[in-house]
Amino acid sequence: MAKPKVAFYWCASCGGCEEAVVDLNEDILKVTDAVDIVLWPVALDFRRKDVEALSDGEIAVSFINGAVRTEEQEEMVKLLREKSGLVVAFGSCAHLGGIPGLGNFCTRETIFQTAYKETPSTENPEGTVPQEKTDIGIGVLTLPELYNTVKTLNQTIPVDYYLPGCPPPPDLIMNAINAILTGQLPDKGTVLAPNKAQCDTCPRADTKPEKLSMAEIKRPWEIKIDPEKCFLVQGLICLGPATRSGCGETCIRANMPCRGCFGPIDGVIDQGARALSAIASILGLEGEEKMTEEDSQKLIDQIADPAGTFYRFSLPSSLLTRKRMEYTGG
Amino acid sequence: MCKAYEISGHLAANNKMWDNLKLKGIMMDNGFEPKIVGICCNWCSYAGADLAGVSRFQYPSNIKIIRVMCSGRVDPTFILKAIEAGADGVLITGCHPGDCHYIAGNYKAARRIPLLKKMLSQFGIESERIRLEWVSASEGARFAEVVTDFTKTVKELGPGPFRKQQ
Repeated sequence: MAKPKVAFYWCASCGGCEEAVVDLNEDILKVTDAVDIVLWPVALDFRRKDVEALSDGEIAVSFINGAVRTEEQEEMVKLLREKSGLVVAFGSCAHLGGIPGLGNFCTRETIFQTAYKETPSTENPEGTVPQEKTDIGIGVLTLPELYNTVKTLNQTIPVDYYLPGCPPPPDLIMNAINAILTGQLPDKGTVLAPNKAQCDTCPRADTKPEKLSMAEIKRPWEIKIDPEKCFLVQGLICLGPATRSGCGETCIRANMPCRGCFGPIDGVIDQGARALSAIASILGLEGEEKMTEEDSQKLIDQIADPAGTFYRFSLPSSLLTRKRMEYTGG
Repeated sequence: MCKAYEISGHLAANNKMWDNLKLKGIMMDNGFEPKIVGICCNWCSYAGADLAGVSRFQYPSNIKIIRVMCSGRVDPTFILKAIEAGADGVLITGCHPGDCHYIAGNYKAARRIPLLKKMLSQFGIESERIRLEWVSASEGARFAEVVTDFTKTVKELGPGPFRKQQ
């Protein structure tokens, strides 16, 4: 029997998800024994025409990482959708928009302005920015369009499963691959990770008091972080209360608060709003009855960038999706 | 149907009320009628809205009231959802500090809403579109005042960020 065909593709991503596949170590050999890889731009020399030559649905599963923010990415994921039985959104960017999704606080113009004109290391006296078409005399060169708005994978094509994380940990990847190979898949649309909050599985859960109150907000560089105490108790914003578990708490074990890459648990439609709600309710909880409006405003002002903090990985998937460009049609 | 809505809807049909409001300069004639979602706590402010109705205090019918048990129950998601669904403004009302039926729910709202407003301004959405007010069960007149003033503010701001073109 022919081995099932598998494709890996990357869109707006950092390459960390590719690294995560390589991090399967010896297990990757089991994977390559069981499947035929038909596309993997980072590692193998297959091209778009090779995918186009396949019949519809011929690829058993496509693992697509990265958010969608260019014309080319949109075309490729649409092509892969046609050719694949299953599409798995692989990693935070494909799942929620991820770090590239923070581009939704800007527009294409402001991004070009910063990246190609204003950064101190840029020397661009003619103010050249990427053009979709450039006539060089002997012909026209083209580049894919960069969109104003970064989208998640499921805002572009229908997605069957989600592997969360920045990047997804090897155990969850192997579980997903095994489930696909054995056909033991949960309902479509499932996030292939435990449906529990990070705080439930946190190694520091025991140090979280019954009544948790943050007297002030600190940023990680401002204090010497206690390696055993709950981050929230130390005044550090940790998105554990509003984030799905399953990552192995790697950041926490490295003494860094959770930043929310696994996204929300099932049933939560907006991770940032939940995180905001959780942090605001414990902020100055002790003595809240004596707090004046000015006092609470002072505490709130200690959160330098609420939108970027609470939607660090999930802005494109949020209810508001982006900063308003203009009111009509934005 | 919620009583406050029923009553304000009834009053809206009364032309006299519109004339009155226009005379008071409340309804400016920029031709824009905002859609406002009101989220009232059951124990104080919804009763306040009810009192405004039975006392026949006039206020604009732009507000559609949703009753929740406590202002502390107002998940910021509700407000974002309202905006995303096309609301031009969201008014959240709760019991005065110290009066919360659940002791401390309104204190949570007192921190969540300002933080949400700060965050919304990062999204390019005017924070004035969201307002948190304390209204007790005996403050029917105050409820009418708050709604009137908020409607005026939202009307001046113009259509909300997700308002579908009509």
